[in-house]
Parts: sequence; structure tokens; C-alpha cells
Amino acid sequence: MAVTIGGPSTAATPPLRGELTVSAAASLTESFTRIGRQFRREHPGIRLRFNFASTSSLVSQIQAGAPVDVFASADLSSQDRLAASGNITSAPRVFARNTMQIAVKPGNPLAIKGVGDLTRVGVIGLCGRTVPCGVYAASVLALNKTNVPESQITRGTDAKATLASVAVGDANAAIVYVTDVRAAGKAVSGVAIPARQNVRAIYGVSVVRGSANRAAAQAFINYLLGQEGQATLKSFGFLAP
Amino acid sequence: MAERQAPSPFTDMNTDQTADRSPASLPPVGRGRRHISPVSLGLSVVAAVAVAFVALPLLGIAWRTPWSSVLEQLSSPAARAALRLSVLTSAVTALCTIVLGTPLAWLIARYEFVGRRLLRAIITVPVVLPPVVSGVALLAVFGRSNGLVGRMLFDTFGTQLTFSPLGVIVSQTFVAMPFYVLAAEAGFTTIDRRFEQLATTLGASEKYIFAGVTLRLAAPALLAGVVLAWARALGEFGATITFAGNIEGRTQTLPLAVYLLLESDPSTAYALSMVMVSVAVAVLVALRGRYLRGNR
Repeated sequence: MAVTIGGPSTAATPPLRGELTVSAAASLTESFTRIGRQFRREHPGIRLRFNFASTSSLVSQIQAGAPVDVFASADLSSQDRLAASGNITSAPRVFARNTMQIAVKPGNPLAIKGVGDLTRVGVIGLCGRTVPCGVYAASVLALNKTNVPESQITRGTDAKATLASVAVGDANAAIVYVTDVRAAGKAVSGVAIPARQNVRAIYGVSVVRGSANRAAAQAFINYLLGQEGQATLKSFGFLAP
Repeated sequence: MAERQAPSPFTDMNTDQTADRSPASLPPVGRGRRHISPVSLGLSVVAAVAVAFVALPLLGIAWRTPWSSVLEQLSSPAARAALRLSVLTSAVTALCTIVLGTPLAWLIARYEFVGRRLLRAIITVPVVLPPVVSGVALLAVFGRSNGLVGRMLFDTFGTQLTFSPLGVIVSQTFVAMPFYVLAAEAGFTTIDRRFEQLATTLGASEKYIFAGVTLRLAAPALLAGVVLAWARALGEFGATITFAGNIEGRTQTLPLAVYLLLESDPSTAYALSMVMVSVAVAVLVALRGRYLRGNR
């Protein structure tokens, strides 16, 4: 475990300052917002900004030269892609895991019991095919030998947009992260997917090449891997790395 | 409801001539070539930046378009489905704006009544509203699970607007109709009403005057409004993805396909973008009398 990294040892060094931009997967919106608040308290000199979007959008942005310091993705293949294109400097670190769940209307009025029911509930929400949550959802459907025709799938641009198709829209179900269902509160209910028919999403984080504030970027990653960052992630339903 | 005063035909014959209404006391100022002053030079430099700012991204799309395989890209199943859906829905939307918008524009243009300005303001809101908010607003009314009208529609007729091409048309009509109504209103306001009065004195029926005189005289303005509304409908993204969803072949229109393909299949995304740029240019050429010539 990475609990010993970071922590009070930074107190001895001169205080960090400057701008820090963290591009993070949409599913990290709530947890990173909280972690950001804690991080700012610890490093008042750093102006931290988040850029939340689908991991695949973030990859495109970084490859197009977006001025980003830290890249936190909902999968490791995106980290590999950026490593291959020379866009990240540090080896990606795994900081959390996640699993998928079925988001349904509050109280589950259609009595959806599992993935197999998703063929009979009309239009369902899934993330875009190239977005990590869409890739994971495709794996979940395949593991459950469930085939939903494309004409019954509305594609969300990221995990939050996909969740919104159930929370505000007319989709009766969506496959999203457990943490998304939890963060949505009363807007949706969750139907668990048994571990054997589920996938593990692995979240990676790295420093982006060209970062103007590497010290702060590393400090943020350390904080994420440290005790407090991990405790906050856990409180939002993420699994330990 | 009182009929509005007809504009004097001698000062207000045509919208294209608004620039000629200079104060009578001043000599007319032309656009002749005069000496180049530092001020005009400075303004020209900024103007050149403005032109480059708009033109370069358009050229960028042309540059990134895979010209050698563009037909191949456009005939991929996702691209063909999006093209077909966009052509169909935007055409129906254009029809809807004409049917719904013409009487409204005529009322606003011709009658003075309490709340007329408010009515015009309400109908204009979608122009300035963020399209995603338009989508949320449509869900609140026409959504099947949360919308009052939407639930009634489903319970009574079994019709669901969301996730259907019908929902795409609803989204497009919502955001595009104001463009038509405002253009049509201007058309109805500025036609020379002496022709209508003349037709009346010749014994023409009210119905004939509306169809044969008023509509005919306003036709150029109405047409321009339809084309604008249609172009806006074709480009609709936010309201559509929010309200109608993003289902390949059903509600995934051109802009939605471009956005999703940008990550998985950029060359098709560029090819589709090029289609939309071409359409936009074609629209301007079609309306050149109104927008390219300016007020000269």
C-alpha cells in the first residue's frame, strides 16, 4: 500500500505555489472536487483547477497540446496511449479501482434484477464505444451474454452524461460506475452486478510532459495515493488500488 | 386587438434599404476610396485578424478532410445513418416552422395587442438559451417519465418523443423556429401594404389577399427565414442529445455523429464536418442577396 508516501514530510520543504491543472475522468468529479478542497488547504499556494471529461476526450486534448499537469484516467490503456505518444513523463500509478452497476429509476419500478433484463426495458444508456465506461459496459454485456441492439442504446459522452440519461432523461437503465450511482443520490437506484459478471475499472494517474509545475503535480499525485486521498476515494465508493 | 399602422410606403419599402435612412440634414456618406489614415489602417489590421480568426478554422477542416477517401468515409454505416436522419429531420423541422411560425409572425407583425412584445421575447428565448438547457426544458415538459405533456402523450397515444426521430424534430423546431418567426415578422412588417389596400378596393376576399398578396410579397423574407431555421436545425447538438438522446440511426444526427466519431474515427468526423461547412456556405450563397451584399 502507498499510505506512507506524501503526508507530513512535505512540510519541511518550501511551500509549493503556482497553477496546477488536473484533467480527470468524469467519474472522478465528486471525489476529486472533495480531494481538491483538502489539497488546497494543505497547499494554499497552489491554484488548483480541474478539467473533467471522458478519459478519451482528455487523451485527445492532451495529445493536441492542452496545458495540463496531471492526467487521471478511468483505465490504464489511455495512460499507455499517452506514454506511447510521449505525452506523459512519469510511469502511471494506479490510485483506485471501480466496478460497474446498473443505474435505474428510483425504486426500480421495472424490477430490473440483472444485466440480462436490459434487453427488455427499452432504451438504455451506455457511454460512447471509445470511452472507458463504454468499453467496460461492453465487457459486462459480453460477460453476461447479453446482446442489446445499437438501436436501443443511447450513447453518453461520458459517465456523467450517461447517468443523466436515467437521472433526468427517459432511459430506464444505464450501465455506469458504482460510484456514479452513489454520487447521484436519490436521482437513481442501483442494481448490483455480481463480481463474476462484472469488470474492474483501474484508475491511473501520471504527470503530463510539458507540465509547468511538476513539483505541484507530484504533490497532488502523492496526496491522492496518501492516506487522506485514499480515505476520501473510499468514502465515495472507490476500491483501493 | 388593434391593427397596426401600416408603415409609410415611402420610407420603409424594403429591409435591404435600411442603410439609406440617414438623417435628412446630413449629406449622404458613401463608401468611396479616400486617403488611408492611420486610424483606417489600424482598423484594417484588426479586421484582417477577425477575418483570419473565422476563416482559418474553416480552412482547417478542409485541410484535415481526407479528400482521397471522402466518399468512402461518408458511406460508412454510421455516417450514412447520420446524413439520412439529419436530412429528414431538418426538412420536417423546416416544414413545422413554416406551419407554426407563419401565423404567429403575421400576428406579431400586423396587430397591436397586450403582450405582443412579451410574446416576441418568449419566442426569441431559444436563440439565446444554451441548447442543453433547451433540452432540459423539453424533458421537463415532453419527457415520458418527468414531463406532464410527455406522460399524457404516452398514456393516451403510446407516443414517446424522447429517443425517437420525432424527438429530434421537436428539439430542432424548438431552437430553430425563432429564426423563422423573426425573419417572417420583418417580412410582413416591411411589405408595401398599399398592394393589400388596392386588392381590397378591387373586391378581393380576405383569404385571397393573405395568400395571393401578403404571402407572395413576403415570400423572399419567409424563404430566407426558412433557410436560416433549417441551417440552425441541421447544426443542432445540445438540445438533441439532451432530449432525444444519441441513438445511432434513430437520433444520432450529423453534429452528434461528428462529436462521437472525433475520438474513434476522426477522418469520418472531418468528412462529415466538411459536409456541414459546405452546407453552411451554400446557405449563404443562396441568401447572398440578404447577407453577402450587405446594405449596399
